Amino acid sequence: MIELDNVVHGYGGDPLLDGVSLDLAPGSFHFLTGPSGAGKTTFLKLCSMHLLPQSGSVRVFGRDAGQMSRDDIARARRRIGVVHQDCQFLDHLSVIDNVALPLAVADSDNLPGTDEVAELLAWVGLSGLSGNLPPTLSGGERQRAALARAVVMSPEVILADEPTGNLDWDMSLRILQLLVELNRMGKAVIVATHDLNLIRTAKAQVQARVLRLKDRHLQVAGADL
Amino acid sequence: MSAPSSPFGAALAARVVPPSGFTHWLTVLAAGAMAFLAVFALALSLAAGRLADRWEGALARTATVRVDTAPDRIDVAVATVLAVLGQTPGVASARLMTDAERQALLAPWFGPDLPLDALPMPELVEITATGQGFDAEGLGLRLAAEVPGAVLDDHTRWRTPLVAAAGRLRFLGLASLVLIGAATAAVVALAAQASLAANRRVIEVLRLIGARDSFIARAFVRRFTRRAFFGALAGSALGMAAVGWLPDADPAGGFLTGLGFQGAGWLWPLAVPVLAALAAFAATRYAALRMLEELP
Repeated sequence: MIELDNVVHGYGGDPLLDGVSLDLAPGSFHFLTGPSGAGKTTFLKLCSMHLLPQSGSVRVFGRDAGQMSRDDIARARRRIGVVHQDCQFLDHLSVIDNVALPLAVADSDNLPGTDEVAELLAWVGLSGLSGNLPPTLSGGERQRAALARAVVMSPEVILADEPTGNLDWDMSLRILQLLVELNRMGKAVIVATHDLNLIRTAKAQVQARVLRLKDRHLQVAGADL
Repeated sequence: MSAPSSPFGAALAARVVPPSGFTHWLTVLAAGAMAFLAVFALALSLAAGRLADRWEGALARTATVRVDTAPDRIDVAVATVLAVLGQTPGVASARLMTDAERQALLAPWFGPDLPLDALPMPELVEITATGQGFDAEGLGLRLAAEVPGAVLDDHTRWRTPLVAAAGRLRFLGLASLVLIGAATAAVVALAAQASLAANRRVIEVLRLIGARDSFIARAFVRRFTRRAFFGALAGSALGMAAVGWLPDADPAGGFLTGLGFQGAGWLWPLAVPVLAALAAFAATRYAALRMLEELP
């Protein structure tokens, strides 16, 4: 689905990522760890084609991202759900409108309707808040709304960048549970996090591979996690 | 294209850009002011066009023979002039102007009660030419030879520079319209760029969920086109009211009192809001797509 082959990327000076390779298979679950500044967000942005590699290649759904037109990249992004730590909502739109926003940009005719979006909000536990504006939500509610928006188009891949970074443990577990459920539906999931307790908890529920970004390289973490 | 079957399609797409911001009023105000000026430029251009047509057309088919000779020979001279004109190809009619008509010609300068009898006024013969016109040079030579004191004035001397002036005035009016349109487009493009910069987060969110550049651009283009249209509509209405407030066209008043629209000419200002909307559409789309191309 998403293949990184010997990718090098940086922001001037030494590269942040050097020789990074990964083949993300359907239905897989990956955790991505590493210290702050190790390149986790950059790695996820390469996967979602918000960045293109300086060398090496990123292939998304069988196509080289460097060879895709801007329109093709936009279409491919609809098959990738992204959850950011800061959620990125349009604050002047209600929660349900934000969750449904990907439907407004899609070209397809077979899109979920009002009932399906309402069910999705119920699934993340936000039924009663659908008419609220995002600034009125708590951190956990915002993350769940962001997750609902990420999956409203039934993407094949979920990329979550520190989705539990600002949440307490109970809410972190709830977000993790939702991600695990999505993985059980067959979606490939990558979660960037530095919360090792969350990873250990998840490994009890799902077969997850743990990757670590260290010294510009991507390593598979050992059993110490 | 947004999905027609989704309740979250076009209606939601129209609301992705926040409604507030100074660019809203900047666009409305600029479009309104420019439309107001455009209506005046249009009125000027149309009036200049009418004037040029009148001077070029109606006056070109007329000429005057001034007969200025001793009082005891004036009747013979006038009769000879009329006879010559009657034989001249291209002259449709020729007639001696009445005292009242001559008095009317001088009235703007000397008032209505001018005693013509007490003044050494020449007789005036008005000529109306056929469509083909007559040979003014040949006629002038013949009149000079047969009727001493008769001088042909085919108005060319003063008509030509006036027609040229009116033509240039019309051109300047049209050039002003083009400049006003370009200035409107530039202001709207700047406002659109400011709006795009202020709404960078909106663009990031839309990119995140897979919006194409054309979708994002359309969200801004729709808004700025509508603002420009309604701003220009208000400006055009004010401009039309101001033009309507000018004095009516008056033959004695000359060009300035004929500056307003006439008849179907009142429909022309209605095109101003449409043209403003088109200029805003093109400018915003160009600015938006160019800016989006530069963003990662």
